[in-house]
Amino acid sequence: MAILETRGLEKRFGGIIAAQNVSLAIEKGARHALIGPNGAGKTTVINLLTGVLKPTAGTILLEGRDITALEPHQRVALGMARTFQINQLFPDLTPLEHIGLAVSERLGSGGDWWRLVGSKSQVTEEIVEIIERFRLADVMHLRTAILPYGKQRLLEIAVAFACRPHVLLLDEPAAGVPEAERHELLATIEALPAEVTVLLIEHDMDLVFSFADRISVLVNGTLFVDGAPEEVARDPRVKAVYLGEEADA
Amino acid sequence: MGPVADDVSSYLKRRARWSPFEIAFWVFAFASIWLFPGKHLILTETAILALFALSLDLILGYAGIISLGQAAFFGLAGYCAGLLAKYGLVTEPVLALLVSGVAAAILGFVTSFLVLRGSDLTRLMVTLGVSLMLGELANRFSDITGGADGLQGVEVEPILGRFRFDMFGHNGYTYSLIVLFVCFLIVRRIVYSPFGLSLRAIKGNALRSAAVGIPVKWRLVAIYTIAAFFAGIAGALLTQTTAFCSLDVLSLDRSADLLLVLIIGGTGYLYGGLIGAVIYKFLQDWIATLTPQYWQFWIGLVLVVIVLIGRERFESWITAIRLGLARFASRLISRPATLGAGEGP
Repeated sequence: MAILETRGLEKRFGGIIAAQNVSLAIEKGARHALIGPNGAGKTTVINLLTGVLKPTAGTILLEGRDITALEPHQRVALGMARTFQINQLFPDLTPLEHIGLAVSERLGSGGDWWRLVGSKSQVTEEIVEIIERFRLADVMHLRTAILPYGKQRLLEIAVAFACRPHVLLLDEPAAGVPEAERHELLATIEALPAEVTVLLIEHDMDLVFSFADRISVLVNGTLFVDGAPEEVARDPRVKAVYLGEEADA
Repeated sequence: MGPVADDVSSYLKRRARWSPFEIAFWVFAFASIWLFPGKHLILTETAILALFALSLDLILGYAGIISLGQAAFFGLAGYCAGLLAKYGLVTEPVLALLVSGVAAAILGFVTSFLVLRGSDLTRLMVTLGVSLMLGELANRFSDITGGADGLQGVEVEPILGRFRFDMFGHNGYTYSLIVLFVCFLIVRRIVYSPFGLSLRAIKGNALRSAAVGIPVKWRLVAIYTIAAFFAGIAGALLTQTTAFCSLDVLSLDRSADLLLVLIIGGTGYLYGGLIGAVIYKFLQDWIATLTPQYWQFWIGLVLVVIVLIGRERFESWITAIRLGLARFASRLISRPATLGAGEGP
């Protein structure tokens, strides 16, 4: 059974159709990639999945449960977390506080007002685990705004991972990361636990083909091709889309 | 727990530690009871303004909600405390204070849903609108509120049945200061809790906050309600210490003054409202004795100067002074420690 599924998902902004009849099925434990040229509607799909946008039509199922009407934070609680294409971090908080926020919410103590931050050992233990996994210990007490860009991208993933998602949506995780810091980031993505299902949105074809076991191609807001990497790589229509885009550019 | 875990825990808790500056601040505040007995009336006003400013700092400095209508809660609770005392409904002042605060909190909860929507500008308009409406209602129902003449015949019973409000305001000031301190302790706890951290996250980035599972809307409703409670406590204190309540508790001036206090003192570090209130009140008092008619001109000038000098430069001076004080205080503290048995560093 698919862990995350969309049926006939559609989003219109006034007269503009950003996504139309998107029916995706992501298998449990998959490394699924969603690719497509600029403006194909990839980020719209992510925003629909996570609840930032409400669809005009269609349904979204997470582990068989209809989550179409749920708020973003409720979807996180059910096991879906995301990263952002452009860093969405808290510039004045430390990486430690970032992770702490996510862990506290997941353990249901994020609304506690009578307890001091850092006084619940269950929360600190999980924070330590994540800090160590993502090798953030050396920068954990620095203001996020002053961290190198690569570390910030890493923190993007660490914060999402701290929500202990069943499904993790990575929106162009390597975008803009300088070559020198790229390796650490990709290694981290490779090392994500197998039981976590990953949906990767990416421009970088090398990354997509080395990482994904299934690829969906989105063009003009509709699903174009959906299949194993070899099939997608061979598909002449996909080549045409990408070559066409390059020819235009 | 391992060493990293201890490290994590202590880093997280570090912010909440009491600094020498804070201890010195409160020691001095309580010492003022004995140091300045002749100034108790203006000090009472200052303590009340400080508590009121603290309530605005909670929503502005920590949650990023700007408001021009905090007087609505101040005024509602002010009238509530007045009516409770006048008709003998709740005669013990501390209990009446709590009841009035809860009344303000209920209004805060109900109106919070209006404030959640929209941008800063809409929030300014909505909060202003609510307080204007309340002011007009108080004016209209003058048989209850006393209208433009104010609420007459408020007689406040002794605090806890023992301490009578005297005409020099000695007990009134001690009472106000204790209430301010207790409220401050609660606010401080809130600010350094996971809940308080989530507010700072929401202020920093609401989109990401939702994406880590924070129920943004409910957190804002909660803090708006809590802030309304403390604004209400301040309003009720004013009524109790003056045995009077008039329409100006609901005026736009009062909300606007409050923003000035926070601009002077700074937001988001708890002491902005308190320091701002002290500077504002004593500046006002000092200028008013120099030039009774035109004091607002000078207040305006001071504000323009503060903005022109720039917050950062101003804060760097304050940090320098604070560091100096901290060094001085730690030397004072370390001296007896070195005399006694060797304690840890």
